[in-house]
Amino acid sequence: MSVMVVRKKVTRKWEKLPGRNTFCCDGRVMMARQKGIFYLTLFLILGTCTLFFAFECRYLAVQLSPAIPVFAAMLFLFSMATLLRTSFSDPGVIPRALPDEAAFIEMEIEATNGAVPQGQRPPPRIKNFQINNQIVKLKYCYTCKIFRPPRASHCSICDNCVERFDHHCPWVGNCVGKRNYRYFYLFILSLSLLTIYVFAFNIVYVALKSLKIGFLETLKETPGTYPPLAVFLICFFTLWSVVGLTGFHTFLVALNQTTNEDIKGSWTGKNRVQNPYSHGNIVKNCCEVLCGPLPPSVLDRRGILPLEESGSRPPSTQETSSSLLPQSPVSVPDLRLTVTFPFPPIPPVPSLGYH
Amino acid sequence: MFTLHELRRSASLATKVFIQRDYSDGTICQFQTKFPPELDSRIERQLFEETVKTLNGFYAEAEKIGGSSYLEGCLACATAYFIFLCMETHYEKVLKKISRYIQEQNEKIFAPRGLLLTDPVERGMRVVSFWAVLCEGTGLTTSGVPGEAARKWGLP
Repeated sequence: MSVMVVRKKVTRKWEKLPGRNTFCCDGRVMMARQKGIFYLTLFLILGTCTLFFAFECRYLAVQLSPAIPVFAAMLFLFSMATLLRTSFSDPGVIPRALPDEAAFIEMEIEATNGAVPQGQRPPPRIKNFQINNQIVKLKYCYTCKIFRPPRASHCSICDNCVERFDHHCPWVGNCVGKRNYRYFYLFILSLSLLTIYVFAFNIVYVALKSLKIGFLETLKETPGTYPPLAVFLICFFTLWSVVGLTGFHTFLVALNQTTNEDIKGSWTGKNRVQNPYSHGNIVKNCCEVLCGPLPPSVLDRRGILPLEESGSRPPSTQETSSSLLPQSPVSVPDLRLTVTFPFPPIPPVPSLGYH
Repeated sequence: MFTLHELRRSASLATKVFIQRDYSDGTICQFQTKFPPELDSRIERQLFEETVKTLNGFYAEAEKIGGSSYLEGCLACATAYFIFLCMETHYEKVLKKISRYIQEQNEKIFAPRGLLLTDPVERGMRVVSFWAVLCEGTGLTTSGVPGEAARKWGLP
């Protein structure tokens, strides 16, 4: 076994986080592993808008009004900002239980249910809670070793429990959960508006040009036909999908439901409980989901691990592999000691060699 | 008597008691005020309840849905959320208040009793934990059950 040199470079917590996420910019950006479809989304939006601005806006600004490209630019910037915010932020991942907490919960479960004989799979662990006069079941997550809070679900693609889990969206390359649902909704809303806007002015452009030089002449003009045609086709297909999706999510927001609950039919059907999270009022539900308080990420991706942890691992790249929690329970107490430091402003223990 | 510094250093010898979340009011962050029997010999019931209720009050303040949270949300939306690059959210401000409160409580009340209260933020807001440091020769012991379970699971 080769000797590892203790490096002066600090190791941040994102490098040791379990789960199948990718981190960039030294832990500031957090995404799922598969990003191919996200790049396609970016390409489609940027490509279509570039064609629109380069070929059609010049004509429309002169013939109609310069406000047209200005408004299109604002819509474009807003949808890009919300897309990047959705894709790059922590959706509300619940950190896994450390060994001491997991052991405490196991103890409680055994006290309630009795010990399971060796070799047998333990029965599903469920806790019942009463919320607003409805009984809600909390399930135990075997991967994260916690009882999932209500509305949380484990994403099998990212291998994390996510609070208020909506769905995993490959188009944005991330899960959609409590912390980024509003950005996701605003993204699809602004993208719908942008698509309708570009589609409409695309038709207006072709119509105006046809009035001046005739429809056939407009079609013969090169490269004139190709950009509007490409924009037309992309917008046409996007309209059906994105606008439909926006309508669906508007319905969910009005009822304060998640996609996950809707698919599972948690609150529908005769014998099911009614949604205990809905305020019964559409305006209140919308306000809570879209304008409610935004909890910060509890993952602490950029916290620093102590040198003993960083010195014993090979250099980490920007992409993290599915690293497990430290196997040896002996190293865990040091991790716990340092975990307390980021929030309470207590000076570090000198013996750990902090700087 | 323990100082906060000594407690943190000897945290690996601690017996830990975890207070779980209370979901009876929905998904807002509240912790159970039920007094755990393991802390019976360490702390008065009333003091424990008061601490947990104060924490619950702070979290309720952070998650309060009202005029100021709507204003913050609308302003942030209008700036395409760029405003959060230079401004802290109300929730973050309250979390900082909570950290200061916990540190104060640890220094003044819990450390002299050989206890350490951890900030729930470190555990993903799932639990509030009390670490009771084992001390020899003082006549104070933690209850036997958590200790045995801890040994069974191979914890120090």
